[in-house]
Amino acid sequence: MTADTSARTDDPLAAEGALHDDRTIFGVGPGIWIWRTTVLLGILGLWKAASLWWIDPFWIGDPAEVAATIADWFARGTIWIHLWNTIWATLISFALGTALGVVTGIVLGLNNRLALVLDPFIGAFYSLPKVALAPLFILWFGIGIESKIALATFGVFFLIFYNTYSGTRSVDSELVDVLRLMGARRGQIIRKVVVPSALYWIFTGMRVSIPYAMIGVVVAEMMASNKGIGYLIQAAAGQFNTSGVFAALFVLVAISVILQSTLKRMEKAFIR
Amino acid sequence: MLPPAFQFRGVTQRFRDGARQVVACRDINLDIEAGSFVAIVGPSGCGKSTLLNMVAGLLTPSAGEVLSDGQPVARPNTSIGYLTQRDTLLPWRTIEDNVAISLELAGMRKTERIERARRLLATVGLTGFEQSYPSQLSGGMRRRAILARTLIYEPKAMAMDEPFGALDAQLRMVMHQVLLEIWERQRTTILFVTHDIGEAVTLADRVVVFSARPGTVKAVIDIDLPRPRDVYRLRFLPRFVELQEQVWLQLEAGMRPAEAEA
Repeated sequence: MTADTSARTDDPLAAEGALHDDRTIFGVGPGIWIWRTTVLLGILGLWKAASLWWIDPFWIGDPAEVAATIADWFARGTIWIHLWNTIWATLISFALGTALGVVTGIVLGLNNRLALVLDPFIGAFYSLPKVALAPLFILWFGIGIESKIALATFGVFFLIFYNTYSGTRSVDSELVDVLRLMGARRGQIIRKVVVPSALYWIFTGMRVSIPYAMIGVVVAEMMASNKGIGYLIQAAAGQFNTSGVFAALFVLVAISVILQSTLKRMEKAFIR
Repeated sequence: MLPPAFQFRGVTQRFRDGARQVVACRDINLDIEAGSFVAIVGPSGCGKSTLLNMVAGLLTPSAGEVLSDGQPVARPNTSIGYLTQRDTLLPWRTIEDNVAISLELAGMRKTERIERARRLLATVGLTGFEQSYPSQLSGGMRRRAILARTLIYEPKAMAMDEPFGALDAQLRMVMHQVLLEIWERQRTTILFVTHDIGEAVTLADRVVVFSARPGTVKAVIDIDLPRPRDVYRLRFLPRFVELQEQVWLQLEAGMRPAEAEA
């Protein structure tokens, strides 16, 4: 912490950063953006150089070819079906997992006895690596979008559930007593005290669970599917098309970043 | 003849603290007349707050019974307003929404309940802060808001557990004045727990002195200071000083054996 602050004040770059410059783009000044662009170009340049002179492009692909592949996917429109499948499955799993997790978290958070009874079972499921369930879900739900949603929902559910549960348990009991003395019914206490004060925890859970939703979807797509970004990665790798793998990875990063920043903006609007 | 607002009949409260059993208060017999202002003073840990929790119906006595208007107290007792030292405003609601929450729970229309909340906020001197959030208010202002929130549903009685304990001396005096002015008008029964003798004598008709744990009623002292009282001048009256001393003598006698024990 101390080392960090002293480094900041000593660093001439920091002076050009967000705090001292009002011309900011996404929260940081143009100086930072110039450096970021430099780093990006540096990486791409090194990559290109490596593929030209040092390492066989068979292993690492070629940035120009990656760009061409992505451009080609969009130009021919073949990417849309894959994009659509992955994003749709991610969003559905995210919404479903969040809804189930919030409800279960609140119910168990308010129900001491039930929580005690179920505790070892939940702990056991929680410690299980969720991707290990992919074959089972594919067996049950087939290779369509359902098995992807099932796996991703399961992962999201546990994260949201644990956060909601902790949030519900940490509600100030005096706030609850105050409302009880005003004659509030149980449902009113839940709506007006428990849920609002657990909301911060719920949002934290939602933010960390977006990557988990994508992991679930992509893993299931890689195992058995004929659509989706995960399928694209698997298919390209199957044809030893390294540039194709990288192209699909870039698309995946783009989706994840967009979803994350959308949620962050929603959170800011919700929580003061 | 009205029945007493609260009656304690042989009330004992025991807690388990691990393997140990703690007796918070023992064999309390006490009547609180309707419309009176009664203060309870005693050393910390003497079961004063326990008594209020039983009045509020948040705790059931281990033995004996607590009556409210001649009836056993409901659980929870929704006919009383309860104020503690803690800050219990909901941080995600504006002040007027906080104050109006009991009316909202009862299903009153928004325009009507907000209008009533604003009137009460004016009574406690918080006009202009209706739309603020609790975090934007000072400690004293939040106290006023909590008082308004309690008064808005016109409880038949109020239980106050060191409600001004966290305020500085000047602010506490201001709050005493605000509270007394409202009480003079409404005459709701108030049961006020404090460890501050001056506060008890300033506000109450009667001061009940508790002994150290296990708490028992040690003495009941009538405070015959005339009303309406001027909180800012009261402390200079000779009678005020005398009464304070009377209360202190009782407290002191109760404290000595506890010291010897320790």
